[in-house]
Amino acid sequence: MSATETQASPVHQTVRTPDPNAHPARLKADAVSVFYGEKQALFDVSIDLPEKSVSAFIGPSGCGKSTFLRCINRMNDTIEGARVAGKITLDDHNLYDQSLDVVELRARIGMVFQKPNPFPKSIFENVAYGPKIHGLARSKADLEEIVITSLQKAGLFEEVKDRLHQPGTGLSGGQQQRLCIARAIAVGPEVILMDEPCSALDPIATAIIEELIDELRSNYTIIIVTHSMQQAARVSQKTAFFHLGKLIEEGPTEEIFTNPREKRTQDYITGRIG
Amino acid sequence: MNSFVIAAMLLVLLGLAYQTGWSRSRAVAQSSGQRLHSRPIYHGVWVALWVVIPAALIMGLWALFGPGVADQFARSQIPAEIAAGLEPGQIVNAVSRIKAIASGFGIIGEPQPFEAEAARALSQFQLYGFLIVILAAAIIGIGALLYARGRIVPGLRARNQVERVITLLLLACSGVAILTTVGIVASLLVEAIRFFTFINPLDFFFGTVWNPRFSTTGTGAEGDYGLIPLLWGTIMVATIAMLFAVPVGLMAAIYLSQYAHPRVRNVVKPLIEILAGIPTIVYGFFALVTVGPFLSGLGATVGLDIRATSAATAGLVMGIMIIPFISSLSDDILRQVPQSLRDGSLGLGATQSETIRRVILPAALPGIVGAFLLAVSRAIGETMIVVLAAGNSPVLRFNPFEPTSTVTVTIVNQLTGDSDFAGPQSLVAFALGLTLFVLTLILNVAALTIVRRFREQYD
Ligand SMILES: Nc1ncnc2c1ncn2[C@@H]1O[C@H](COP(=O)(O)OP(=O)(O)O)[C@@H](O)[C@H]1O
Ligand SMILES: [Mg+2]
Repeated sequence: MSATETQASPVHQTVRTPDPNAHPARLKADAVSVFYGEKQALFDVSIDLPEKSVSAFIGPSGCGKSTFLRCINRMNDTIEGARVAGKITLDDHNLYDQSLDVVELRARIGMVFQKPNPFPKSIFENVAYGPKIHGLARSKADLEEIVITSLQKAGLFEEVKDRLHQPGTGLSGGQQQRLCIARAIAVGPEVILMDEPCSALDPIATAIIEELIDELRSNYTIIIVTHSMQQAARVSQKTAFFHLGKLIEEGPTEEIFTNPREKRTQDYITGRIG
Repeated sequence: MNSFVIAAMLLVLLGLAYQTGWSRSRAVAQSSGQRLHSRPIYHGVWVALWVVIPAALIMGLWALFGPGVADQFARSQIPAEIAAGLEPGQIVNAVSRIKAIASGFGIIGEPQPFEAEAARALSQFQLYGFLIVILAAAIIGIGALLYARGRIVPGLRARNQVERVITLLLLACSGVAILTTVGIVASLLVEAIRFFTFINPLDFFFGTVWNPRFSTTGTGAEGDYGLIPLLWGTIMVATIAMLFAVPVGLMAAIYLSQYAHPRVRNVVKPLIEILAGIPTIVYGFFALVTVGPFLSGLGATVGLDIRATSAATAGLVMGIMIIPFISSLSDDILRQVPQSLRDGSLGLGATQSETIRRVILPAALPGIVGAFLLAVSRAIGETMIVVLAAGNSPVLRFNPFEPTSTVTVTIVNQLTGDSDFAGPQSLVAFALGLTLFVLTLILNVAALTIVRRFREQYD
């Protein structure tokens, strides 16, 4: 436990400094509702997500955090019977426009999942997967370059440089999750969505990922779903609290945690609902 | 009649025993004021087991040895002076005639006086024997019932003992299945070894000519028993079947598991599986009447000489038969690839077909190969289609449009008609059967190992 504390503390400090208002929001949601068949899972969510900073979605499980996150790269399209209403814009282009190409969208908005899900391929092939599909590399050397820089950005390169051609599934859980982050980075996204990326990891691996998220924020817009309020407090600059499919309150992380306006937020943060 | 009486008696005894155990245990518990270790139901079953096992044992012994005893009795009823004038074979014949008369079925011809006399004695003997056995079973059953009833105390671990007996019963049943398999293999082996006393194994396994002359045994002209043409025919037909079934079956599986709307899937999958329920002889008709002439006509229009009954016809129809097998197995395997892998790929901007080609199929490949191997072993063992559609020509030929023959068809040929199981002509069937058995066994073991390893990977 003490190891975790020391690992996590540098993250803790960096969190409080930046001013979220310094970053304009290019990604905006406007009255987004989601239905699974007849059942409505998300109600009229509107929120601006600032670029080059970390936004956290918190709330009790089943409140629609993942559902909303999946709207942002249209992963809900892959779910049978799911329907999205409302508007999400990136640089004023509606992501739900008929003319928009989902393939291109998902290259710009990457995603990291709850459980590390490397493909049953080599570490190299895992990272090279996206660039190959999108034709980002002109030559083999190009591809290698992309793979290596992505692994470096994900803080994994030093650990795996001698076994790039061994299966990605053979890595530890935390390494697998960083491999998945590298895989997402390799496509060159602007936004990275993370759905409880640490929930399957031990405290040390969690601290490493949190540190990584903090580093990545200088280049990427990061949106993270988490069930851990401590994690939201440590890594995010903006926090949004969801409850029963509704966005209850959003604002600078510090404010949400020290001085929430809504009673329900307060109750959740103090552990009275959850 | 007899078995009806036995069954009725056993049922009455059983009910009585169950009721006794049930009520006795409650009475014992009440009068002693102690809690029962097992519930009354178990006491009932426990007493019933005590009754049924000895009774069943006696009847089983009767069923096993009764006929032998009756035989002996019938033989002893033939007057000595007549028996002295008969050869051993005639005595056996007389005994079976006596038994036939006694059972009331009657015989061909007029029964001789001594036969009628003996039959009367025999039927009397059988009746008494039956009554004695029933009586013995009933007495022992009731005795066991009383004994078991007396042993019921609140602390009796009836539940544990009943469970033990049930376990043993289940074990015995699976033992039957295993023993039958062992028996089949053993008989195959014994007969195959007998075959190899006639024919050198090297000539059998490596011979390229199949020409077993149907001569009577011992004339020396025993023909050629080369396995190679048959094995080649088998491989050729199975290969054609797989060439056809694998792409179609796999694509169907991909559609069903990845693209089809659940409602479509729920209709299409059972429809495809109906194909698997069609008896193979019907496929044989189909091959003979429809596919063969069609292929032949098709060949004529493009200037190819395709025979109506050929390796191609049989292979094609066998392929149709195997499609549901492959598609159904592959569908299950494809659906086992975790959703998270699919999401991971789609989340990177891959299209659905890219995801299938680059992630799902490679991940499922071991399992799919296992499914293919299982399908191959079915193709190799398939008989009826080939009997009807392959032309039955056991000659080593490499043209798939010519007739051929397979191991299974040859087994059928060697065993039908007059066979005395004394010469190589019919014994060779066992050697062929053994070869087939070993071949499919290897394929099945390989396939199951691969599939199992795949399952473990995604637990
Ligand atoms: N694929 C789906 N089909 C139907 N209902 C779903 C599906 N996914 C989520 N839901 C429902 O939507 C609600 C929100 O789920 P989710 O977004 O996963 O919550 P969270 O991530 O906050 O725990 C839940 O009530 C859940 O049951
Ligand atoms: Mg969730």
